[in-house]
Amino acid sequence: MSLPDAIIIGAGIVGAACAERLSADGLRVLVLEADVAGSGATAAGMGHVVVMDDNEAEFALTRYSSDLWRARSAELPQRAEWEPVGTLWVASDAEEFEGARRKLAFYRERGLQAELLDEQSLHEAEPQLRPGLAGGLLIPEDAVTYPPPVAAWLLRQMQERGGELRQSVRVQAIAGDMVVLANGNQLQAPLIVLAAGAASVGLIPALPLQPRKGHLAITDRVPGFVRHQLVELGYLKSAHGSSLESVAFNVQPRATGQLLIGSSRQYGQTSAEINHGILSRMLQQAIGYLPGLAHLSILRTWTGFRAATPDKLPLIGPAPGHEHLWLATGHEGLGITTSLATGQLLADLVAGRPPAIDAAPYAPSRFADSFREEAARAGTV
Amino acid sequence: MPAVPQPVRVLVVGAGPAGMQAALTAVASGAAVTLVDGSPSLGGQIWRGEQSHSRAAAALFERVRGSEVRLLFGCQIVDAPEPGLLLGAAEGKAEWLPYDRLILATGAREIFLPFPGWTLPNVFGVGGIQALAKGGLPLAGKRVVVAGSGPLLWSVAAYLRGRGAEIPLIAEQTDLARLVQFAAALRFLPSKFMEAIGIARTLIGTGLRTGCYPVHAHGADRLTAVTLRTSAREWTVDCDYLACGFGFAPNLELPLLLGCTVRDGFVVVDEWQQTSVPGIFCVGEPTGIGGAEKSLAEGAIAGIAATCDVKDRALKGSTASLFAERLRCRRFADALRRGFALREELRTLPASDTILCRCEDVTIGRLIGHPSWRSAKLHERLGMGHCQGRVCGAAAEFLLGWPMESVRPPLFPVHVDTLASVVPSREHDG
Repeated sequence: MSLPDAIIIGAGIVGAACAERLSADGLRVLVLEADVAGSGATAAGMGHVVVMDDNEAEFALTRYSSDLWRARSAELPQRAEWEPVGTLWVASDAEEFEGARRKLAFYRERGLQAELLDEQSLHEAEPQLRPGLAGGLLIPEDAVTYPPPVAAWLLRQMQERGGELRQSVRVQAIAGDMVVLANGNQLQAPLIVLAAGAASVGLIPALPLQPRKGHLAITDRVPGFVRHQLVELGYLKSAHGSSLESVAFNVQPRATGQLLIGSSRQYGQTSAEINHGILSRMLQQAIGYLPGLAHLSILRTWTGFRAATPDKLPLIGPAPGHEHLWLATGHEGLGITTSLATGQLLADLVAGRPPAIDAAPYAPSRFADSFREEAARAGTV
Repeated sequence: MPAVPQPVRVLVVGAGPAGMQAALTAVASGAAVTLVDGSPSLGGQIWRGEQSHSRAAAALFERVRGSEVRLLFGCQIVDAPEPGLLLGAAEGKAEWLPYDRLILATGAREIFLPFPGWTLPNVFGVGGIQALAKGGLPLAGKRVVVAGSGPLLWSVAAYLRGRGAEIPLIAEQTDLARLVQFAAALRFLPSKFMEAIGIARTLIGTGLRTGCYPVHAHGADRLTAVTLRTSAREWTVDCDYLACGFGFAPNLELPLLLGCTVRDGFVVVDEWQQTSVPGIFCVGEPTGIGGAEKSLAEGAIAGIAATCDVKDRALKGSTASLFAERLRCRRFADALRRGFALREELRTLPASDTILCRCEDVTIGRLIGHPSWRSAKLHERLGMGHCQGRVCGAAAEFLLGWPMESVRPPLFPVHVDTLASVVPSREHDG
């Protein structure tokens, strides 16, 4: 290919979504992937499309992206295993049920479908849940998907428009409009998009990103065991708290009939190995909600790294102090959900079009101080 | 008062010939030896269920049973989270297995190659149909075509014939010239030679075709016939069962998880059977497919090396003869490898709609365009099912040149509550 208009570093679902949207705008895109497409957090994560309500900015981005997913769901390849199962937030006691009520009000005020379930209707909706739970909140439009084929599907569209994907290519450094590869080769483009998830910080140390390790387990096939994605309401405490270590109940029915069991969050971990202390706590938590899980077989366990920012919102937009560099990273546990919106927002900003939602909350410039400190340190050396 | 020195803890994984011999040799040196196996008895695959007509096997069972070796049956190794510690699962309970020295004797499994119709009912592995026959599958008057490669075809055919089956054909994919060369190599192991003579005698009257392989299994809801091919012709044979086996692939999951170097499909070991990871030894089929004699020699050598300092090893009087015995066995293993190397044509048998991964119904056609096992696994679910790639992995390696790259715990399916019951040990999880 002649000189690309844009180089995207990372062929996870976020890089793939950016590549698809930029190529739709007529840019010649080159995507560089250190491993194989869709193999990092894209493959490791749970693959949910969920609308979240922790704050307005998170809601706006997840809602917008969820709409984009549903608009394109009919086009998704079968391998994407798109299943609009809905999310059922489970309240274990009266206090959590109050939380479910507040959540209901929040979603309804903003026009999102939501349904409160009392103890009886929760039991009817999910008979495998243990008795004695207070109730739940059903968000019917949420879905689950298997993300690697989605990333491949987005990349194919980019390739059909003349773009290129190079796999097993490791990027060593970004310098101005140049990308330096581990083999010493250099590639040039006026626009460079860093979409390498938790690995992004290896290329730009100033990024306010921390890896946040997660464990997952998948069972043998048990079709119909649960019908919705099940999440405990305490999940938000785990996802949005800053404690070093937490587990929360989150189980998904997959298209294969398997159950995907999460979730855990750990800061300060760099080894990808299974930590059996965390894994056993996570599984105990899941059995606590779904006692019938105990005698199902686990086929595989694995870990992955979320790219977490201090405010749990992603970095989408130009990198402060870097003329050619744009960021599409920092999506924590919502990279699958928000991938399509990230690609659209980034393409809109690059093209100078007004985006459908306010992009300011995700602008990397909100961490301008940390980029300036980095530049200052670099300047004093 | 000086502390009493603790005996060295030797953990042996796999209770086939290699593991049993390693355990016996190590315990004789005063080590605290644990022998762990996923099955409920000694013997491994080759002497499954402690059933063997060989006197050597029976003597070995007796010696192990009568020794100080701690036997842990029904225990699968599911993870190796850190040096010196394996995680086992037995009877629904998780158990930490600490060790100072580890001896891997994980054995091998049969290779199945896909061809159109290979997933039909009544197409079995040669080992599988033998096990079913031992379990009572009636074979009197049934026509069983035996096809694939290697000496196991003959011994299983002889066994099935003894159970009343009619064997219209043994189809050996290797050429007659290679087979003759292999037969000449049996001189390295006289016992093998006598065994071969005995088997050959029972097979008089069955048709052995060399350079012959199955290309299509036929039948609507079950097997009725199989089409075979040689360089000269292609023809169809009616049969009730087809028993297939294309040799053996080593069980590498645990060695890979432990970080042991694997080259050309086998675990790399030094002259003392030590792997690239200090303190971890590997014996038997994972270092090269060679059968029970090679396993016994390697097991004895590793049992010495795991329990003696380098300077003391030479004092063990038997090492020189063990090294010589192992050399003979390795020559036999080389002859086996050369004699029964799988022919190129076997790569072309599957059609694009032939299933490679039975757990996930992944066809050959779906793998076109993927650069690696990992890519095909991620995007097509190859090897993601219950067998965890144990069946399709060796076939994918042969057909597509994709070695298994990474292994994820648990190495065997394990109940949710078993993993939920893991108590972080003092040595583990800080």
